[in-house]
Amino acid sequence: MTVFTDILLLFLVVCAIAVSLSKKLMNAILIFMSYSLVMSIIWILLESPDLAITEAAVGAGITSVLFFVTLKKIHAIEQFEEVEEDHE
Amino acid sequence: MSRKLSPEEYEKTLSFRLRQWLDGTKDPYLGNLEMKPQKEHVVSKKEREEREERKKQSIMHVYELSENKELKLVKKLYGVFCVCFCVLLVAMLLLAVSYLPTYGEEHNPVNNEVSRRYIENGLQETGAVNIVTGMILDYRAFDTLGESHVLFIATCTVLILLGHKKTKTSEPTEDEMDRIYEPKNDTILQFAAKVLVPPIVIFGIYVILCGHLGPGGGFSGGAIIGAGLILYLNAFGFKKTERFFTEKTYKIMSVSALGCYCLAKSYSFYTGANHIESVIPLGTPGAILSSGLILLLNICVGVVVAGTMYTFYVMFRKGGY
Repeated sequence: MTVFTDILLLFLVVCAIAVSLSKKLMNAILIFMSYSLVMSIIWILLESPDLAITEAAVGAGITSVLFFVTLKKIHAIEQFEEVEEDHE
Repeated sequence: MSRKLSPEEYEKTLSFRLRQWLDGTKDPYLGNLEMKPQKEHVVSKKEREEREERKKQSIMHVYELSENKELKLVKKLYGVFCVCFCVLLVAMLLLAVSYLPTYGEEHNPVNNEVSRRYIENGLQETGAVNIVTGMILDYRAFDTLGESHVLFIATCTVLILLGHKKTKTSEPTEDEMDRIYEPKNDTILQFAAKVLVPPIVIFGIYVILCGHLGPGGGFSGGAIIGAGLILYLNAFGFKKTERFFTEKTYKIMSVSALGCYCLAKSYSFYTGANHIESVIPLGTPGAILSSGLILLLNICVGVVVAGTMYTFYVMFRKGGY
């Protein structure tokens, strides 16, 4: 079980670094989402299911949805797609 | 003493001229100054090109690294300072952490009589099997009230910042524009939502209602219900959700829930402070109708949180219901 926890913690660190280094905002949000999911699993392992439910609902669900809406509103997602099409 | 002037006399006085000037009936410069209509300033094409060239060159001069030695220096110093600042910050934080008491020691400040009392007498005093809920909604209920109000204030701020007032003259393009990005009658999404939304909402209600019996509570359950509502909105559009959830619904819901919370907690504060026996029975631990006011408070918090999450999403999407 400790090995599993260690792997999850390592994943958290990697996620946290990857969010700050990723150039695309969309990818950053997706990584942030997975960070929250892993965090909720860690909360369960730390025997606090209350926090796990809240983290999964708020961190992975609603916060990322709000981020997506904001990106859409400032046309960040569409712009990236256009750039990719141009390259092709 | 004042005497009435005749019209001829009055026209010579200063006040008459001042009033005329203020009214604009007489222009003192008219007839005294030569006036010409202004000529329009015409910029020739060559002039404009020259100006743009000069502008470009000045920008190059400022931002080109090979041209500007100061910028080069600043950029180098900026990197060095960044690294220094980060290292200093990390060192300070690590130093602060090293002063913390070691984990699991017996004489740590965490091990005081407060937590011991919560763990030993929590079940008897609050009637909640889940100690965490008993703590946040009974012993520390005032904190939770503040939290709910913070959420409410956050929604008010979002309403003020992002909300746009509907005027009759403005065309409804903004809503239609938003409708473009929305998946219109996406069959897969609609079927998935049809299957998923009822279980999500029922699970949220379960989490709220069983907050005092197991893991969960108002905040997490409310967030789950809010997420379910957002999924429903994404699949079926604003027209369907507006049948049951508008700005008015949100206002009534959250204000009544917060008021209910305030009243319930004021009652228990009043009875507790004056050493009066509370009328509300604690019930048998483990039953759904037990632990006094906690069930009611959980429902209030859940209603506020669910409304807040949904309202956030709607405001971000189109700035108004």
